[in-house]
Amino acid sequence: MELRLAGLHHGYGDIEVLRGIDLEIPAGRIVCIVGPSGCGKSTLLRLIGGLERPERGEVVQTGEPPPGCLNPLTYIFQDFALLPWRTVEGNVRLVLEDHGFGRAETAGIVDGVLARTRLSEFRTAFPRQLSGGMKQRVAIARALAVSPAFLLMDEPLSALDAQTRELLLDDLVDLWTRERFSGVYVTHNLREAVRLGHRIVLLSRRPGTVREVLEIDVPLDARAGRARQLEAHRNRLWRLLRDEAHAADAELVDG
Amino acid sequence: MAERGGGRPVAFRGGGFSPRPSGVVGPLVFAAVIALWEAGCRAGLIPPLVLPAPSEALAALAHLVETGLLWKHLGASLQRLLVGWTLGTLLGIAVGFAIGLFSLARAGLAPVVAAIFPIPKIALLPLFVVWFGIGEGSKVATILFGTFFPTVVATYGGVDNVDRGLIRMGQSFGLSWLSIVRKIILPGALPAILPGFRISAAIAIVLLVAAEMIGAEYGVGAYILLAGSLMALDELLAGVAILSVMGLAVNWLIARTERFLLRWRT
Repeated sequence: MELRLAGLHHGYGDIEVLRGIDLEIPAGRIVCIVGPSGCGKSTLLRLIGGLERPERGEVVQTGEPPPGCLNPLTYIFQDFALLPWRTVEGNVRLVLEDHGFGRAETAGIVDGVLARTRLSEFRTAFPRQLSGGMKQRVAIARALAVSPAFLLMDEPLSALDAQTRELLLDDLVDLWTRERFSGVYVTHNLREAVRLGHRIVLLSRRPGTVREVLEIDVPLDARAGRARQLEAHRNRLWRLLRDEAHAADAELVDG
Repeated sequence: MAERGGGRPVAFRGGGFSPRPSGVVGPLVFAAVIALWEAGCRAGLIPPLVLPAPSEALAALAHLVETGLLWKHLGASLQRLLVGWTLGTLLGIAVGFAIGLFSLARAGLAPVVAAIFPIPKIALLPLFVVWFGIGEGSKVATILFGTFFPTVVATYGGVDNVDRGLIRMGQSFGLSWLSIVRKIILPGALPAILPGFRISAAIAIVLLVAAEMIGAEYGVGAYILLAGSLMALDELLAGVAILSVMGLAVNWLIARTERFLLRWRT
Protein backbone atom coordinates (compact mmCIF):
# COMPACT_ATOMS: atom_id res chain seq x y z
CA MET A 1 0.00 0.00 0.00
CA GLU A 2 1.24 3.47 -0.89
CA LEU A 3 -0.03 7.00 -0.43
CA ARG A 4 -0.21 9.84 -2.91
CA LEU A 5 -0.98 13.44 -2.02
CA ALA A 6 -2.40 15.42 -4.92
CA GLY A 7 -2.76 19.18 -4.82
CA LEU A 8 -3.44 19.47 -1.10
CA HIS A 9 -4.61 22.88 0.05
CA HIS A 10 -5.61 23.69 3.58
CA GLY A 11 -6.25 26.70 5.76
CA TYR A 12 -7.87 27.86 8.96
CA GLY A 13 -10.17 30.82 8.46
CA ASP A 14 -8.26 33.39 6.44
CA ILE A 15 -4.89 31.82 7.09
CA GLU A 16 -3.60 29.60 4.32
CA VAL A 17 -1.54 26.83 5.88
CA LEU A 18 -0.70 24.46 3.02
CA ARG A 19 -0.58 25.24 -0.67
CA GLY A 20 -0.44 22.72 -3.46
CA ILE A 21 1.31 19.78 -1.85
CA ASP A 22 2.05 16.90 -4.24
CA LEU A 23 3.90 14.00 -2.74
CA GLU A 24 4.40 10.27 -3.17
CA ILE A 25 4.83 8.25 -0.01
CA PRO A 26 6.30 4.83 -0.83
CA ALA A 27 5.93 1.65 1.20
CA GLY A 28 8.71 0.27 3.38
CA ARG A 29 10.54 3.56 3.80
CA ILE A 30 10.45 6.54 6.12
CA VAL A 31 9.61 9.95 4.73
CA CYS A 32 10.61 12.82 6.99
CA ILE A 33 8.79 16.12 6.73
CA VAL A 34 10.77 19.07 8.05
CA GLY A 35 10.15 22.79 7.97
CA PRO A 36 10.12 25.94 10.09
CA SER A 37 7.63 26.13 12.94
CA GLY A 38 4.11 26.94 11.86
CA CYS A 39 4.64 25.71 8.31
CA GLY A 40 1.81 23.20 8.53
CA LYS A 41 3.84 20.00 9.06
CA SER A 42 1.48 18.65 11.70
CA THR A 43 -1.55 19.75 9.72
CA LEU A 44 -0.19 17.83 6.75
CA LEU A 45 0.16 14.71 8.89
CA ARG A 46 -3.43 15.07 10.15
CA LEU A 47 -4.60 15.36 6.55
CA ILE A 48 -2.66 12.25 5.54
CA GLY A 49 -4.28 10.13 8.26
CA GLY A 50 -7.80 11.49 7.77
CA LEU A 51 -8.06 13.38 11.05
CA GLU A 52 -8.74 16.53 9.07
CA ARG A 53 -10.37 17.11 5.71
CA PRO A 54 -8.35 19.11 3.17
CA GLU A 55 -9.99 22.16 1.62
CA ARG A 56 -8.82 21.09 -1.82
CA GLY A 57 -6.90 18.14 -3.22
CA GLU A 58 -6.90 14.62 -1.92
CA VAL A 59 -4.94 11.90 -0.22
CA VAL A 60 -5.14 8.71 -2.25
CA GLN A 61 -4.35 5.23 -1.04
CA THR A 62 -3.06 2.91 -3.77
CA GLY A 63 -3.03 -0.83 -3.27
CA GLU A 64 -4.44 -2.75 -0.34
CA PRO A 65 -3.07 -2.72 3.19
CA PRO A 66 -1.25 -5.94 4.11
CA PRO A 67 -3.44 -8.75 5.48
CA GLY A 68 -3.96 -8.65 9.25
CA CYS A 69 -3.69 -4.88 9.34
CA LEU A 70 -6.29 -3.48 11.75
CA ASN A 71 -5.68 0.24 11.33
CA PRO A 72 -3.73 1.09 8.16
CA LEU A 73 -2.88 4.69 9.12
CA THR A 74 -1.73 4.77 12.74
CA TYR A 75 -0.44 7.79 14.62
CA ILE A 76 2.21 8.27 17.23
CA PHE A 77 1.60 11.59 18.94
CA GLN A 78 4.00 14.12 20.39
CA ASP A 79 2.22 14.09 23.77
CA PHE A 80 1.91 10.25 23.77
CA ALA A 81 -1.91 10.39 24.18
CA LEU A 82 -2.02 7.55 26.70
CA LEU A 83 -5.12 7.13 28.85
CA PRO A 84 -3.92 7.96 32.37
CA TRP A 85 -6.56 5.68 33.95
CA ARG A 86 -5.34 2.60 32.11
CA THR A 87 -2.21 0.60 32.76
CA VAL A 88 0.39 -0.01 30.07
CA GLU A 89 -1.32 -3.19 28.91
CA GLY A 90 -4.75 -1.55 29.25
CA ASN A 91 -3.62 1.21 26.92
CA VAL A 92 -2.48 -1.31 24.34
CA ARG A 93 -5.64 -3.36 24.76
CA LEU A 94 -7.80 -0.28 24.15
CA VAL A 95 -7.08 -0.26 20.43
CA LEU A 96 -7.85 -3.98 20.08
CA GLU A 97 -11.14 -4.04 21.98
CA ASP A 98 -13.30 -2.90 19.08
CA HIS A 99 -12.06 -5.66 16.77
CA GLY A 100 -13.88 -8.55 18.41
CA PHE A 101 -10.88 -10.68 19.34
CA GLY A 102 -11.20 -13.31 22.03
CA ARG A 103 -9.54 -12.83 25.38
CA ALA A 104 -6.64 -15.15 24.58
CA GLU A 105 -6.06 -13.66 21.16
CA THR A 106 -5.98 -10.11 22.58
CA ALA A 107 -3.58 -11.17 25.32
CA GLY A 108 -1.36 -12.78 22.69
CA ILE A 109 -1.12 -9.58 20.65
CA VAL A 110 -0.53 -7.45 23.76
CA ASP A 111 2.20 -9.78 25.03
CA GLY A 112 3.81 -9.75 21.60
CA VAL A 113 4.05 -5.98 21.19
CA LEU A 114 5.11 -5.42 24.80
CA ALA A 115 7.92 -7.91 24.30
CA ARG A 116 8.95 -6.26 21.03
CA THR A 117 9.21 -2.87 22.73
CA ARG A 118 10.83 -4.38 25.86
CA LEU A 119 7.95 -3.24 28.09
CA SER A 120 6.83 -6.62 29.44
CA GLU A 121 7.88 -5.92 33.01
CA PHE A 122 6.00 -2.60 33.07
CA ARG A 123 2.68 -3.99 31.92
CA THR A 124 0.78 -3.14 35.09
CA ALA A 125 2.26 0.35 35.56
CA PHE A 126 0.14 3.47 35.12
CA PRO A 127 1.39 6.19 32.74
CA ARG A 128 2.10 8.59 35.61
CA GLN A 129 4.69 6.12 36.92
CA LEU A 130 6.62 6.13 33.63
CA SER A 131 9.23 8.51 32.28
CA GLY A 132 8.57 10.36 29.04
CA GLY A 133 10.65 7.94 27.03
CA MET A 134 8.80 4.93 28.44
CA LYS A 135 5.46 6.57 27.73
CA GLN A 136 6.42 7.05 24.11
CA ARG A 137 7.50 3.40 23.92
CA VAL A 138 4.07 2.42 25.21
CA ALA A 139 2.55 4.56 22.45
CA ILE A 140 4.78 2.78 19.92
CA ALA A 141 3.71 -0.61 21.31
CA ARG A 142 0.07 0.47 21.01
CA ALA A 143 0.65 1.51 17.40
CA LEU A 144 2.34 -1.81 16.57
CA ALA A 145 -0.59 -3.74 18.08
CA VAL A 146 -2.84 -2.78 15.17
CA SER A 147 -0.16 -3.81 12.61
CA PRO A 148 -0.31 -0.55 10.70
CA ALA A 149 0.55 -0.14 7.02
CA PHE A 150 1.85 3.36 7.79
CA LEU A 151 3.13 4.87 11.01
CA LEU A 152 2.38 8.59 11.11
CA MET A 153 4.68 10.15 13.67
CA ASP A 154 4.06 13.72 14.78
CA GLU A 155 7.26 14.98 16.43
CA PRO A 156 7.33 11.85 18.60
CA LEU A 157 10.56 12.81 20.35
CA SER A 158 9.98 16.53 20.85
CA ALA A 159 8.53 16.21 24.35
CA LEU A 160 11.57 14.27 25.56
CA ASP A 161 14.92 15.37 26.93
CA ALA A 162 18.01 15.13 24.71
CA GLN A 163 19.34 11.86 26.18
CA THR A 164 16.03 10.03 26.01
CA ARG A 165 15.59 11.31 22.46
CA GLU A 166 18.89 9.70 21.49
CA LEU A 167 17.86 6.35 23.00
CA LEU A 168 14.47 6.36 21.33
CA LEU A 169 15.99 7.33 18.01
CA ASP A 170 18.13 4.18 18.19
CA ASP A 171 15.01 2.20 19.12
CA LEU A 172 13.21 3.50 16.06
CA VAL A 173 16.15 2.63 13.82
CA ASP A 174 16.20 -0.92 15.30
CA LEU A 175 12.47 -1.20 14.86
CA TRP A 176 12.64 -0.18 11.22
CA THR A 177 15.55 -2.52 10.56
CA ARG A 178 13.51 -5.41 11.98
CA GLU A 179 10.07 -4.60 10.66
CA ARG A 180 10.65 -2.39 7.60
CA PHE A 181 7.57 -0.37 8.35
CA SER A 182 6.41 2.53 6.21
CA GLY A 183 6.44 5.82 8.00
CA VAL A 184 5.86 9.52 7.77
CA TYR A 185 7.92 11.35 10.37
CA VAL A 186 7.24 15.01 11.07
CA THR A 187 9.96 16.88 12.92
CA HIS A 188 11.63 20.26 13.18
CA ASN A 189 14.83 18.54 14.19
CA LEU A 190 17.15 18.07 11.21
CA ARG A 191 19.40 15.60 13.04
CA GLU A 192 16.44 13.27 13.60
CA ALA A 193 15.48 13.71 9.96
CA VAL A 194 18.88 12.70 8.57
CA ARG A 195 19.09 9.75 10.98
CA LEU A 196 15.68 8.32 10.14
CA GLY A 197 14.62 9.58 6.75
CA HIS A 198 15.08 7.71 3.49
CA ARG A 199 13.52 10.74 1.92
CA ILE A 200 13.39 14.18 3.45
CA VAL A 201 10.75 16.66 2.37
CA LEU A 202 11.49 20.27 3.23
CA LEU A 203 8.49 22.56 3.51
CA SER A 204 8.67 26.32 3.16
CA ARG A 205 7.23 28.64 5.77
CA ARG A 206 3.52 29.32 5.80
CA PRO A 207 1.77 28.74 3.47
CA GLY A 208 3.68 25.47 3.30
CA THR A 209 4.82 24.27 -0.11
CA VAL A 210 7.33 21.56 -0.96
CA ARG A 211 10.64 23.38 -1.14
CA GLU A 212 12.98 20.46 -1.68
CA VAL A 213 13.01 16.68 -1.63
CA LEU A 214 16.21 14.99 -0.57
CA GLU A 215 17.01 11.29 -0.86
CA ILE A 216 19.57 9.76 1.49
CA ASP A 217 20.71 6.31 0.33
CA VAL A 218 22.81 5.38 3.35
CA PRO A 219 21.03 2.41 5.03
CA LEU A 220 19.49 3.36 8.37
CA ASP A 221 21.52 0.90 10.42
CA ALA A 222 24.77 2.15 8.88
CA ARG A 223 24.11 5.80 9.57
CA ALA A 224 25.54 5.93 13.07
CA GLY A 225 29.02 5.37 11.57
CA ARG A 226 28.66 7.90 8.74
CA ALA A 227 28.44 11.02 10.82
CA ARG A 228 30.30 13.18 8.33
CA GLN A 229 28.10 12.29 5.40
CA LEU A 230 24.97 12.93 7.46
CA GLU A 231 26.39 16.19 8.69
CA ALA A 232 26.77 17.34 5.10
CA HIS A 233 23.11 16.55 4.42
CA ARG A 234 22.12 18.30 7.60
CA ASN A 235 24.10 21.41 6.73
CA ARG A 236 22.58 21.54 3.29
CA LEU A 237 19.09 21.29 4.77
CA TRP A 238 19.88 23.91 7.37
CA ARG A 239 21.12 26.35 4.70
CA LEU A 240 17.83 25.92 2.87
CA LEU A 241 15.80 26.16 6.03
CA ARG A 242 17.57 28.99 7.82
CA ASP A 243 16.12 31.92 5.95
CA GLU A 244 12.64 30.41 6.05
CA ALA A 245 12.93 29.76 9.77
CA HIS A 246 14.20 33.26 10.39
CA ALA A 247 11.36 34.84 8.45
CA ALA A 248 8.80 32.57 10.15
CA ASP A 249 10.21 33.47 13.54
CA ALA A 250 9.83 37.18 12.88
CA GLU A 251 6.18 36.86 11.85
CA LEU A 252 3.34 37.93 14.09
CA VAL A 253 1.31 34.96 15.17
CA ASP A 254 -2.05 36.37 14.11
CA GLY A 255 -0.63 38.65 11.38
CA MET B 1 29.36 42.84 55.21
CA ALA B 2 30.70 39.35 55.93
CA GLU B 3 33.86 39.03 58.00
CA ARG B 4 36.79 37.68 56.10
CA GLY B 5 37.14 33.89 56.31
CA GLY B 6 34.20 33.42 58.74
CA GLY B 7 31.12 34.50 56.90
CA ARG B 8 27.49 34.06 57.86
CA PRO B 9 25.04 31.34 56.83
CA VAL B 10 22.42 32.55 54.36
CA ALA B 11 19.16 33.07 56.25
CA PHE B 12 16.40 30.58 55.40
CA ARG B 13 13.32 32.32 54.03
CA GLY B 14 11.52 29.63 52.05
CA GLY B 15 9.20 28.22 54.74
CA GLY B 16 5.46 28.47 55.32
CA PHE B 17 2.47 28.45 52.95
CA SER B 18 2.10 24.68 53.04
CA PRO B 19 -0.42 23.64 55.73
CA ARG B 20 0.03 20.04 56.83
CA PRO B 21 -2.83 17.88 58.05
CA SER B 22 -2.68 16.85 61.69
CA GLY B 23 -4.87 14.11 63.12
CA VAL B 24 -5.14 15.22 66.74
CA VAL B 25 -5.82 18.96 66.58
CA GLY B 26 -9.30 18.66 65.06
CA PRO B 27 -10.84 16.33 67.69
CA LEU B 28 -9.05 18.31 70.41
CA VAL B 29 -10.70 21.59 69.36
CA PHE B 30 -14.02 19.78 69.14
CA ALA B 31 -13.68 18.36 72.64
CA ALA B 32 -12.56 21.72 74.04
CA VAL B 33 -15.57 23.59 72.62
CA ILE B 34 -18.01 21.01 74.02
CA ALA B 35 -16.26 20.95 77.41
CA LEU B 36 -16.37 24.76 77.60
CA TRP B 37 -20.05 24.78 76.65
CA GLU B 38 -20.92 22.09 79.23
CA ALA B 39 -18.98 23.95 81.91
CA GLY B 40 -20.75 27.20 81.06
CA CYS B 41 -24.15 25.54 81.40
CA ARG B 42 -23.28 23.87 84.71
CA ALA B 43 -21.92 27.11 86.13
CA GLY B 44 -25.16 28.87 85.19
CA LEU B 45 -23.45 31.26 82.76
CA ILE B 46 -25.59 29.95 79.88
CA PRO B 47 -29.31 29.80 80.81
CA PRO B 48 -30.91 26.49 79.74
CA LEU B 49 -33.67 28.38 77.94
CA VAL B 50 -31.13 29.88 75.58
CA LEU B 51 -28.89 26.86 75.03
CA PRO B 52 -29.22 23.50 76.77
CA ALA B 53 -26.07 21.68 77.86
CA PRO B 54 -24.52 19.10 75.51
CA SER B 55 -25.27 16.43 78.10
CA GLU B 56 -28.99 17.25 77.84
CA ALA B 57 -28.86 17.01 74.05
CA LEU B 58 -27.10 13.66 74.48
CA ALA B 59 -29.85 12.51 76.83
CA ALA B 60 -32.45 13.49 74.24
CA LEU B 61 -30.51 11.47 71.67
CA ALA B 62 -30.37 8.49 74.03
CA HIS B 63 -34.12 8.76 74.51
CA LEU B 64 -34.55 8.69 70.72
CA VAL B 65 -32.51 5.50 70.54
CA GLU B 66 -34.38 3.85 73.44
CA THR B 67 -37.82 4.52 72.01
CA GLY B 68 -36.67 3.36 68.59
CA LEU B 69 -37.86 6.63 67.08
CA LEU B 70 -34.33 7.38 65.84
CA TRP B 71 -34.47 4.61 63.25
CA LYS B 72 -37.92 5.67 62.13
CA HIS B 73 -36.83 9.28 61.61
CA LEU B 74 -33.47 8.39 60.16
CA GLY B 75 -34.90 5.65 57.95
CA ALA B 76 -37.51 7.96 56.46
CA SER B 77 -34.92 10.67 55.85
CA LEU B 78 -32.28 8.40 54.34
CA GLN B 79 -34.80 6.82 52.03
CA ARG B 80 -35.86 10.20 50.63
CA LEU B 81 -32.27 11.31 50.38
CA LEU B 82 -31.15 8.15 48.59
CA VAL B 83 -34.01 8.03 46.10
CA GLY B 84 -33.96 11.76 45.35
CA TRP B 85 -30.21 12.07 45.10
CA THR B 86 -29.72 8.92 43.01
CA LEU B 87 -32.42 9.84 40.51
CA GLY B 88 -31.25 13.47 40.34
CA THR B 89 -27.64 12.39 39.83
CA LEU B 90 -28.41 9.80 37.15
CA LEU B 91 -30.62 12.20 35.22
CA GLY B 92 -28.06 14.96 35.71
CA ILE B 93 -25.22 12.86 34.32
CA ALA B 94 -27.35 11.80 31.35
CA VAL B 95 -28.36 15.38 30.51
CA GLY B 96 -24.84 16.64 31.20
CA PHE B 97 -23.43 14.13 28.70
CA ALA B 98 -26.08 15.10 26.14
CA ILE B 99 -25.12 18.78 26.49
CA GLY B 100 -21.43 17.91 26.35
CA LEU B 101 -21.72 15.69 23.27
CA PHE B 102 -24.50 17.01 21.02
CA SER B 103 -24.69 20.50 19.56
CA LEU B 104 -28.48 20.46 19.49
CA ALA B 105 -28.77 19.47 23.15
CA ARG B 106 -26.22 22.11 24.07
CA ALA B 107 -28.04 24.85 22.19
CA GLY B 108 -31.42 23.80 23.53
CA LEU B 109 -30.77 22.69 27.08
CA ALA B 110 -27.80 24.70 28.34
CA PRO B 111 -29.77 27.99 28.53
CA VAL B 112 -32.66 26.25 30.30
CA VAL B 113 -30.27 24.76 32.85
CA ALA B 114 -28.59 28.13 33.34
CA ALA B 115 -31.99 29.76 33.94
CA ILE B 116 -33.27 27.20 36.46
CA PHE B 117 -29.99 26.42 38.24
CA PRO B 118 -29.92 29.58 40.42
CA ILE B 119 -33.52 29.25 41.67
CA PRO B 120 -33.49 28.03 45.28
CA LYS B 121 -35.45 24.83 44.95
CA ILE B 122 -37.08 25.45 48.34
CA ALA B 123 -39.06 28.17 46.60
CA LEU B 124 -40.49 25.51 44.32
CA LEU B 125 -41.52 23.24 47.17
CA PRO B 126 -45.13 24.51 47.35
CA LEU B 127 -45.38 23.92 43.62
CA PHE B 128 -44.14 20.35 44.04
CA VAL B 129 -46.70 19.80 46.81
CA VAL B 130 -49.42 20.82 44.35
CA TRP B 131 -47.97 18.58 41.62
CA PHE B 132 -46.84 15.51 43.54
CA GLY B 133 -48.95 15.65 46.70
CA ILE B 134 -48.01 16.32 50.28
CA GLY B 135 -46.51 12.82 50.71
CA GLU B 136 -43.20 11.36 49.57
CA GLY B 137 -43.52 12.58 45.98
CA SER B 138 -42.96 16.27 46.65
CA LYS B 139 -40.05 15.61 49.00
CA VAL B 140 -38.23 13.31 46.59
CA ALA B 141 -38.95 15.69 43.72
CA THR B 142 -37.42 18.62 45.61
CA ILE B 143 -34.23 16.69 46.30
CA LEU B 144 -34.15 15.33 42.75
CA PHE B 145 -34.45 18.82 41.33
CA GLY B 146 -31.90 20.23 43.70
CA THR B 147 -29.26 17.62 42.85
CA PHE B 148 -30.05 17.47 39.13
CA PHE B 149 -28.79 20.94 38.18
CA PRO B 150 -25.39 21.03 39.87
CA THR B 151 -24.73 17.53 38.47
CA VAL B 152 -25.60 18.66 34.94
CA VAL B 153 -23.27 21.63 35.20
CA ALA B 154 -20.41 19.58 36.69
CA THR B 155 -20.85 16.82 34.10
CA TYR B 156 -20.86 18.92 30.99
CA GLY B 157 -18.00 20.99 32.32
CA GLY B 158 -16.11 17.73 32.80
CA VAL B 159 -16.97 16.47 29.31
CA ASP B 160 -15.81 19.79 27.84
CA ASN B 161 -12.51 19.48 29.64
CA VAL B 162 -11.60 15.99 28.46
CA ASP B 163 -8.27 16.19 26.65
CA ARG B 164 -9.11 16.58 22.94
CA GLY B 165 -5.83 14.86 22.13
CA LEU B 166 -7.10 11.64 23.74
CA ILE B 167 -10.33 11.82 21.77
CA ARG B 168 -8.38 12.36 18.55
CA MET B 169 -6.20 9.39 19.49
CA GLY B 170 -9.34 7.26 19.85
CA GLN B 171 -10.57 8.40 16.45
CA SER B 172 -7.18 7.77 14.85
CA PHE B 173 -7.31 4.15 16.00
CA GLY B 174 -10.79 3.76 14.57
CA LEU B 175 -12.57 3.33 17.92
CA SER B 176 -16.35 3.36 17.70
CA TRP B 177 -18.28 6.39 18.94
CA LEU B 178 -19.61 4.43 21.90
CA SER B 179 -16.13 3.22 22.80
CA ILE B 180 -14.80 6.77 22.77
CA VAL B 181 -17.62 7.95 25.03
CA ARG B 182 -17.33 5.00 27.43
CA LYS B 183 -13.59 4.54 27.58
CA ILE B 184 -12.23 8.04 27.03
CA ILE B 185 -14.85 10.70 27.77
CA LEU B 186 -16.55 9.11 30.80
CA PRO B 187 -13.36 8.39 32.78
CA GLY B 188 -11.91 11.70 31.61
CA ALA B 189 -14.92 13.62 32.95
CA LEU B 190 -15.02 11.72 36.25
CA PRO B 191 -12.54 14.01 38.05
CA ALA B 192 -15.04 16.84 37.48
CA ILE B 193 -18.21 14.82 38.14
CA LEU B 194 -17.19 13.41 41.52
CA PRO B 195 -16.55 16.76 43.26
CA GLY B 196 -19.98 17.74 41.92
CA PHE B 197 -21.34 14.90 44.08
CA ARG B 198 -20.13 16.66 47.20
CA ILE B 199 -22.02 19.81 46.29
CA SER B 200 -25.17 17.98 45.26
CA ALA B 201 -25.11 15.84 48.43
CA ALA B 202 -24.88 18.94 50.63
CA ILE B 203 -27.74 20.56 48.72
CA ALA B 204 -29.76 17.34 49.05
CA ILE B 205 -29.46 17.39 52.86
CA VAL B 206 -30.52 21.05 53.05
CA LEU B 207 -33.54 20.37 50.85
CA LEU B 208 -34.39 17.19 52.74
CA VAL B 209 -34.78 19.07 56.02
CA ALA B 210 -36.74 21.86 54.37
CA ALA B 211 -39.07 19.40 52.63
CA GLU B 212 -39.64 17.42 55.81
CA MET B 213 -40.76 20.54 57.58
CA ILE B 214 -43.88 20.48 55.45
CA GLY B 215 -46.27 17.69 56.25
CA ALA B 216 -43.98 14.85 57.19
CA GLU B 217 -44.75 12.52 60.09
CA TYR B 218 -41.28 11.06 60.34
CA GLY B 219 -37.90 12.37 59.29
CA VAL B 220 -35.08 14.31 60.93
CA GLY B 221 -36.50 17.59 59.61
CA ALA B 222 -39.93 16.85 61.04
CA TYR B 223 -38.36 15.93 64.38
CA ILE B 224 -36.44 19.21 64.52
CA LEU B 225 -39.50 21.25 63.56
CA LEU B 226 -41.60 19.59 66.26
CA ALA B 227 -38.89 20.07 68.87
CA GLY B 228 -38.59 23.72 67.92
CA SER B 229 -42.28 24.43 68.17
CA LEU B 230 -42.37 22.78 71.62
CA MET B 231 -39.29 24.77 72.67
CA ALA B 232 -37.58 21.44 73.40
CA LEU B 233 -34.14 22.77 72.62
CA ASP B 234 -32.34 19.64 73.78
CA GLU B 235 -34.22 17.58 71.21
CA LEU B 236 -33.60 20.22 68.59
CA LEU B 237 -29.88 20.03 69.21
CA ALA B 238 -30.01 16.23 69.06
CA GLY B 239 -31.66 16.51 65.64
CA VAL B 240 -29.02 18.96 64.44
CA ALA B 241 -26.28 16.60 65.62
CA ILE B 242 -27.86 13.80 63.59
CA LEU B 243 -27.76 16.04 60.50
CA SER B 244 -24.12 16.84 61.09
CA VAL B 245 -23.22 13.16 61.36
CA MET B 246 -25.26 12.45 58.26
CA GLY B 247 -23.34 15.09 56.33
CA LEU B 248 -20.00 13.77 57.54
CA ALA B 249 -20.94 10.20 56.63
CA VAL B 250 -21.99 11.20 53.12
CA ASN B 251 -18.78 13.16 52.66
CA TRP B 252 -16.72 10.22 53.82
CA LEU B 253 -18.48 7.90 51.39
CA ILE B 254 -17.85 10.26 48.49
CA ALA B 255 -14.21 10.67 49.47
CA ARG B 256 -13.81 6.87 49.49
CA THR B 257 -15.48 6.58 46.09
CA GLU B 258 -13.25 9.31 44.72
CA ARG B 259 -10.14 7.67 46.04
CA PHE B 260 -11.14 4.36 44.49
CA LEU B 261 -12.25 5.65 41.08
CA LEU B 262 -9.47 8.22 40.69
CA ARG B 263 -6.61 6.09 42.01
CA TRP B 264 -4.85 6.51 38.67
CA ARG B 265 -4.21 10.14 39.53
CA THR B 266 -1.14 11.34 41.36
